[in-house]
Amino acid sequence: MKILVPVKRVIDPYVNIRVKSDQTGVETENVKMSMNPFCEIAVEEAIRIKEAGKAEEIIAVSIGNQSCQETIRTALAMGADRGIHVLTEERVEPISVAKILAKICESESPGLIISGKQAIDGDNNQTGQMLAALTDMPQGTFASKIEIDGEKVKVTREIDGGLQTVNLNMPAIITTDLRLNEPRYASLPNIMKAKKKPIDQKSPEDFGINVSPRVNILKVIEPPKRQAGIKVESIEELVEKLKSEAGVI
Amino acid sequence: MTTLFYIEHNNGKISDQSLKAITATTNIEGDVHGLIVGSNISDAVAEASKISGLNKLLHVDDEAFDNVLAEKLTQVMLNVANDYDYFLAAATTTGKNVMPRLAAKLDVSQISEIVSVESADTFIRTIYAGNAIATVQTTDAKKVLTVRPTAFKAATTDSAECEVVNITAENIPSISEFIGEELTKSDRPELTSAKTIISGGRGMQNGENFELLDKVAEKLGAAVGASRAAVDAGFVPNDYQVGQTGKVVAPELYIAVGISGAIQHLAGMKDSKVIVAINKDEEAPIFDVADYGLVADLFQVLPELEQAL
Repeated sequence: MKILVPVKRVIDPYVNIRVKSDQTGVETENVKMSMNPFCEIAVEEAIRIKEAGKAEEIIAVSIGNQSCQETIRTALAMGADRGIHVLTEERVEPISVAKILAKICESESPGLIISGKQAIDGDNNQTGQMLAALTDMPQGTFASKIEIDGEKVKVTREIDGGLQTVNLNMPAIITTDLRLNEPRYASLPNIMKAKKKPIDQKSPEDFGINVSPRVNILKVIEPPKRQAGIKVESIEELVEKLKSEAGVI
Repeated sequence: MTTLFYIEHNNGKISDQSLKAITATTNIEGDVHGLIVGSNISDAVAEASKISGLNKLLHVDDEAFDNVLAEKLTQVMLNVANDYDYFLAAATTTGKNVMPRLAAKLDVSQISEIVSVESADTFIRTIYAGNAIATVQTTDAKKVLTVRPTAFKAATTDSAECEVVNITAENIPSISEFIGEELTKSDRPELTSAKTIISGGRGMQNGENFELLDKVAEKLGAAVGASRAAVDAGFVPNDYQVGQTGKVVAPELYIAVGISGAIQHLAGMKDSKVIVAINKDEEAPIFDVADYGLVADLFQVLPELEQAL
C-alpha cells in the first residue's frame, strides 16, 4: 500500500505574525518557514504505519513555490520515500489543492491519504474533506488514533466534547489532530540520505487544473490590540472587580 | 436568495453553537431554511421550528442519521442543493467535517469560520489563529460558509413555529460506519463553548497540581485548559491545550494561572472578553493582555480564590 501525505510550508508557529502595512497580507519575506505542525504529525503517522509493515511507500506532496522543495525534503528526512512538488507561484486555495491531489490519487492509487487537519496560516480546515469529496472516499477527520484492519481503517476522531470512532472503507482520507503522535526529528544521516531521494516536479497545468483564486482577499488587518489592564493586590480585590466592574462572575 | 443552515442538536436540545451561528444569516438576504437530522427527536424539531428568523425546517427522520457521518449528511444537502444559494453551519467539529465535503461537491471555494457578514459576497474571518483579520470576497455563485459561534449572539427559540417538512435521504453512500462515541463525562462545559475557562501553564509544576484549578473551576462552572508548555511537560492531555496548535477560545472570562503568555498561547485566547492573569513573574507577557493581573504565588492564591467564590 502507498500512503500519500500532502505537506504545506507555512510561517513557523513560533514566529510573531506581522501584518503588512499596505493591508495586503501577512509579511513572509525573511521570515522563518517550517512544515505545518499538523502535516508533521501526518508524515510521522505514515512512517509509523510503514514501520509496522502495513505500507510500502510514502509519497510527500507539496504545492507552491520553489521553496516547498525544502518542506518535501523535511518529510523525506523524517522517512518519506519520494516527493512530488507541484510548482506554482499562485495563492492556491484548498479547493484547487484538493483537485490537484485528486489527480495525483488517480495516478498513484494510494490506500491512505493522511493530511493535517488544517494549516496554521489560512486556518481553513478544508483540504482533506474536499479531497475526500472529489475522490468519493470516506473521511476520518481530526484523528487521534488510526488502526488499519485489512480493507478497513478504524479512526478515532477528536470531536467537541469527546471522541468518536468510525470505520472507513479504504482507500480513505485521514486528517490529523494533535494527539495522534509526537513527530520525530530527522537525524543528520537521514537528512543526508533525504538529499538523494527523488522529487518529481510538476505544474498545475500538468494536471489540467486552473488554480486561480476564487476568493479575493480585500484587506488584511491586525486584530485590535488589547490594552493591559490593572494590577490587583489580592484575591479579595480580584473577586470584587470581577463581580462589580467586569460582571463576569 | 435562500439559505440552508444545518442545525445540530444534543439530547433533545438545539446546540448553543448552532443558535449562535444561525444569527450570521440575519445579514444575508432572503429566506433561511433549517436542516435537522435524526429519528425520535421531536423535542429538538419543535425547538428548532421556533428559532427566530427561520422560514422552514427540513427534517430527515431516519435512524441512519442518529449519528452524523460526513459522507451521508453531505449527500442529504446535495440532494436539495439546487434550491439554495447559501449553505451554512456552525464551525463545530461536525460543521468543519461536513461543509468542505459539500463545498467540493458543489465546486465551491468554502469560506471557513466567518466572524462577520459584510455583504452578499464579502465576509470577515481570522487567519493565523487570530493574529490577522481578513476581509474576503468570493466570486462563486453558491456560497458555503462555516460560522465561528463565539462571534454571534444566540438566536432565540420563541418565535411562531415554522413549517416542518420531512425529507427522505436518497442515494446515501455506505463507505463509512459509525462505531461509537466516548463523550467526556464531566459536569464541566466543553472548552470551546465554556463561558469561563481557567488554564494552567508550566507554573503548575505537575499534573496533580491541576486539582487546584479543578476546585476553582467547580465553583465557577468553568472549563479547565492548559498552555502548550503544560501539555508538552506532560501535566495534562493534549485536548486541554488552548493556543494556536490547540483550541481557540473566546469565553467571557479567561483566567491564566502560571502561564507566561507565549505568542502561541495568546493566539488561542486573546479574544476572551475579560482576561485575568495570575503569575509570580511580574514581567510575564501575559500581563500585557490581562485586564486584571495578580502578581502572586499561585499555590498560595488558588486556595484563596476557591474560598472567595
